[in-house]
Amino acid sequence: MSFGAISTAAGLSLFQTSALSALMFTGASQFALVGVVGAGGSVWAGAATAALLGTRNALYGLRLSSILDRSGPRRLPAAHFVIDETTAMAIARESPAESRFAFWATGVELFIFWNLGTLAGALATHLVPDPKVLGLDAAPPAAFLALLAPRLRAREPMAIALAAGLVTLVCLPFVPAGVPLLIVAVLVAVFGVMRSRR
Amino acid sequence: MWAGVLVACAACYALKLAGLSLPAGVLQDTRVQRTIPLVPVALLAALIATNTFSTGNHLVLDVRAAAIGVAVVAVLLRAPFLVVVASAAATAGLLRLL
Repeated sequence: MSFGAISTAAGLSLFQTSALSALMFTGASQFALVGVVGAGGSVWAGAATAALLGTRNALYGLRLSSILDRSGPRRLPAAHFVIDETTAMAIARESPAESRFAFWATGVELFIFWNLGTLAGALATHLVPDPKVLGLDAAPPAAFLALLAPRLRAREPMAIALAAGLVTLVCLPFVPAGVPLLIVAVLVAVFGVMRSRR
Repeated sequence: MWAGVLVACAACYALKLAGLSLPAGVLQDTRVQRTIPLVPVALLAALIATNTFSTGNHLVLDVRAAAIGVAVVAVLLRAPFLVVVASAAATAGLLRLL
């Protein structure tokens, strides 16, 4: 629901909003794309941010590749469901068969509810003349916060989050909207690689 | 707009499929393993900063700052996702009415 509302308020059409939920189907990336567009950035800066946020799904796929069939044609639909929730549910199971079942069941269920919710949120927001009156411009940062919070359980990610926020605000007046995010992505990648060399 | 939306969808699907299909060695590199989890932390924090404290290229302090404060409290109270988002939106909406 919240994604549909935020996306429509950011200026995406009903079809574009639904396409994101059906075809992208990875929440943080979807919120990022519409968050950048809603804040006045170009759709390409939004697309780049969405893809960067999607890199973690590749690691999930790696973890799931021992459970799921790696080579058969079934991996093509399976890949679409490789997200935070399905990975968490699948790796929490004891046997490979239970893991497979948990993966598909969670994936299909989430896919249905996520898409229905998106449609409901988008349709409801279409009825509102000015999204700002409902405070919908304050919804994206709250959504990002809710997505970020579970990743902050240690001191290092907390420090990285604070530094990233500061760097973003310092860069913001000097570069086009959306670009500070890409600067932050490059910096954190360099930091990550340097740190693991030690 | 459509081109950006569809390219982003394709890129996200390709990343998911890459994890399932690539030879394990590529992604098992320790540098890759330890860097990728940091990316969403940094990007989500950067997105919070831009969407709360800016409009276009200008830094601004408005009702969204109060709204994110309410969202922080909701997260600390372990409120569900929709409640966090709705409480922030309601805060901004109500403050604008005043």
